[in-house]
Amino acid sequence: MHGKALPYLLLMPATLFLCVFFLYPFALVAFEAFTRDGGFTLDNFRTMTGNWKFPVAFWNTILLAAIVVPIQLVMALLMATVVSRLETGRGAALYIFAIPLGISDLAAGLIWLAIFDQSGFLNTLLSNLGLVDRPVMFLGYQSKLTIFVAVILAEIWRATAIMMVILVAGMGLIPREYHEAAEVFGASPWKRFVKITLPLLRPSLQTAIILRVILAFEVFAVVAALGGTNLPVLMGETYNWQFSLQDRNVAAAFALLILAISVGLTLFFLRVLRVPKEARI
Amino acid sequence: MAEIAIKQVAKRFGGFTALHSIDLTIADQEFMVLLGASGCGKTTLLRIVAGLETPSQGEVWIGGRRVDHLPPRDRGIAMVFQNYAVFPHLTVFENIAFGLRMKKLAQQEVERRVTRTAELMHIEQLLKRYSGQLSGGQRQRVAVARALAMEPDVILMDEPLSNLDALLRLEMRAELKGVLAASETTTIYVTHDQVEAMSLADRIAVMHQGHIVQAASPVEVYRNPAARFVGSFIGNPPMNFIPATKTANGSWTVAGLTLPGPKSDKHKIEFAIRPEDVDAGDEGLHATVRVIEPLGPHTLVTCDVEGGLFRAILESNAAIAVGDHLRLAPKADRIRWFDPETTNAL
Repeated sequence: MHGKALPYLLLMPATLFLCVFFLYPFALVAFEAFTRDGGFTLDNFRTMTGNWKFPVAFWNTILLAAIVVPIQLVMALLMATVVSRLETGRGAALYIFAIPLGISDLAAGLIWLAIFDQSGFLNTLLSNLGLVDRPVMFLGYQSKLTIFVAVILAEIWRATAIMMVILVAGMGLIPREYHEAAEVFGASPWKRFVKITLPLLRPSLQTAIILRVILAFEVFAVVAALGGTNLPVLMGETYNWQFSLQDRNVAAAFALLILAISVGLTLFFLRVLRVPKEARI
Repeated sequence: MAEIAIKQVAKRFGGFTALHSIDLTIADQEFMVLLGASGCGKTTLLRIVAGLETPSQGEVWIGGRRVDHLPPRDRGIAMVFQNYAVFPHLTVFENIAFGLRMKKLAQQEVERRVTRTAELMHIEQLLKRYSGQLSGGQRQRVAVARALAMEPDVILMDEPLSNLDALLRLEMRAELKGVLAASETTTIYVTHDQVEAMSLADRIAVMHQGHIVQAASPVEVYRNPAARFVGSFIGNPPMNFIPATKTANGSWTVAGLTLPGPKSDKHKIEFAIRPEDVDAGDEGLHATVRVIEPLGPHTLVTCDVEGGLFRAILESNAAIAVGDHLRLAPKADRIRWFDPETTNAL
């Protein structure tokens, strides 16, 4: 066999897999989004943006991502720093922090529903402590703010660990001598974090943020469990158009919009957190 | 003025004792080399002075101030690391300026100091580059420049030349000596390379298994080892040791030769001589030639003496063949004697 052909041959199965299960469905969705009754049209996008729920869903999704991701980033950095510093029990701490990763997002939503529900843990606790006379409706249609807060809490609980795991791995790659050199040359712990850890962690930060931002724009099950239709988000609307309103073309338009946002933000973070070749470890 | 005093410093890692109660005083502007094989505790001692490691007991004083409870940044030190630790995300300029920025010096002063030390280390043309674009030797220069720019009282160096190739090491060694002498700092320099230690040090502290075996000038350490270990560790090839049997008080028989020696109650002690301190002649230690290695200026001859290996450095024109029986006459003033039990010099 020719040596030159071998790598391409080995790549074939994966390429085929991607074409059949990713590129082809993607082309189908894109096709559906831009057609109606067999002809090319932008109507689907007009229908999408014209719907009264669209701006609400759009801004809800953006707001959720804008609040959740930075909080998670800070928490993940904190947790990763703690885990990296541990000399004993490091594995145990890592596993405990990572437990929520093993739970599906719908299950996570249901766990938090069990907490905030009218007959949930929180209400039981409050009434047992004598703080409330009767159960509080935390997640009713009038209390959008509490639904929003509950979703944020659930999302943070559920998906911070994925960032932490990436950052722990990244911190492990930074040689200890850099921290020691910074320490000897006068940097306080905070300065060392800002001047040494953060810049050298850029490749991992990039991965963690991109991954998390994409997931944030796909938020769905947690919102569905906690808010039902009271808190519209882009992914929920996609589901809605596809199954309740039986309009695959508008659903496809939504899917493309989410994809476009994800791709745009990915490119943005790739650019902003880029490490020049000469400045790599 | 920065005299360093290490007082009864010990370090234990769990059940392992890396340092046993070390006492060492380093004078202001002295160049002290900590020399020893890997695992002898030399780097641990340096890191304790730096503040990167806390001693299990004992005190560290720098410039009349007790510092063992202070973080590294408050000790008035700068350090050159074994792997240089030149920050990859900063330019050479910013690397050298790092400590100065932490001290919040004015931009003008930062520039002045960076430029001056960069010129001193001949890296002024590299200031805009990143670490990834430098060779090992250039990184080394940046690491030294970063330390010098701090104008510290004390510079600590942890095997700074060990990652350079042989020729570059030779060049940097000479340069370091000049630069550090001019900077008027007190230096502690860790190395396992005895040639480096001999050529750089004002004083060498030879370390072995967590103890300082001897701390003295290079010549003193070479000529008058305080213990058998020092003689066997320093010098290439190392000192020769031969058992000596008492014939009378103050008189000892060594490999067929009777020599005047120390008065001792012991029946057996050890005779020691450096390879270059013997001459082939009519009288001397009975030796059988095993291997001959002509080295140019002289010839290294490995012999059997009293059933042990003995290395002698002889004139290169000596007509010797393998299997010859030689008489190696030791130079009387170069003979040393060791107690085989305590291993100390007699």
